[in-house]
Amino acid sequence: MIPSVLILDIAIMAMLVVVAFAIVRMRSLFAIVMLQGVYSLLCAAWFVSLDAVDVAFTEAAVGAGVSTILMLSAMLLADRQSKPIEMRRQLGPILVVLVTGAALFYAIPDMPAFGAANSPANAYVGMDYIDRTADEIHIPNVVTAVLASYRGFDTFGEVVVIFAAGLGVLLLLGLNGNAGKWRARPNGVNVSSAMLPSAQAATGESVESLANKQSTEIPPAKPNAAKPKKEASKATKGGRS
Amino acid sequence: MNPHVILRVVSKFLIPLIALFAFYVQFHGDFGPGGGFQAGVILAAAVILYALIFGIDAAKKAVPPSAVRIGMSLGVLIYGGTGVATWLLGANFLEYGVLAHDPSHGQHYGILAVELGVLFSVASVMVAIFYAFGSRQPDLTDEDW
Repeated sequence: MIPSVLILDIAIMAMLVVVAFAIVRMRSLFAIVMLQGVYSLLCAAWFVSLDAVDVAFTEAAVGAGVSTILMLSAMLLADRQSKPIEMRRQLGPILVVLVTGAALFYAIPDMPAFGAANSPANAYVGMDYIDRTADEIHIPNVVTAVLASYRGFDTFGEVVVIFAAGLGVLLLLGLNGNAGKWRARPNGVNVSSAMLPSAQAATGESVESLANKQSTEIPPAKPNAAKPKKEASKATKGGRS
Repeated sequence: MNPHVILRVVSKFLIPLIALFAFYVQFHGDFGPGGGFQAGVILAAAVILYALIFGIDAAKKAVPPSAVRIGMSLGVLIYGGTGVATWLLGANFLEYGVLAHDPSHGQHYGILAVELGVLFSVASVMVAIFYAFGSRQPDLTDEDW
């Protein structure tokens, strides 16, 4: 009798492979981003079946939720289709993937069985944490005890890393998305700092009129573009104070 | 008339539940799976869902960018401040035992404070990055997709 968890694991793994091949073969970036969300959700389901519920939580929320949205909003400022790459330039990456895959398969027999008592994950400090949490911290969830107390320094480092990442994005892009003057051309349509919703509130011009103005005259005529931009920078200052 | 009536109605019902679930994950982290990171991301997802359905301007009214900016740094401050507090009480950095008479209670308080810091930081950074990218798009119509 095959255990049902094994069937579930194999099914999820098979779906992961199918989604990965679908992502590789697609050209529409919108579909790719959506499939990446599906991939993350499948990963989360698989983590649950491995009893790693904390990781599954994070994967579902970050991988399937937030990062999908961030990829979408990045895609909207770039192209929506990826261009096909000629076969000759794909040979190198294929070689790297094949060698790495072969090395991983070669390493599989050396891995301890899942849940083995003498595996490195279960043998050294891991056991120690499990033994001591009940006496020292008195909370049932060992993961929280390790994360926040035994490994408090690591978690502090992680929080600082997240803070630094957010700070970096804010310094580059601005919290309202209008740091400095910039221009993007997704799908041949000009987008610039003057066309933002926050800038429009100041100029009173609609997106369409600005978009028409900019797409009909490439490069956009200076006198037209200069005025809304000036007001946009004013709006930026107003929004930040 | 807005074509996304179903989305609006359903998400109006769901967003409070998502936020509530985030707080459940946060404060039940000692007993079940979850903690500051997960709760922070779920809370940010609630705000981002609101921004997706009702527009980023409405989201900025509900969760103003200044609050996001403060929340980012407040989280790190709470975490680091807990460490400094244990310093001032004569123990090592982040050694929570001294925060209460009973060391295990001190551990509880310390973990609670630290997880709260993680929640603030993670939720605010996620929303901040979303605001930064999302505010760069001009308004889209359905045909743009």
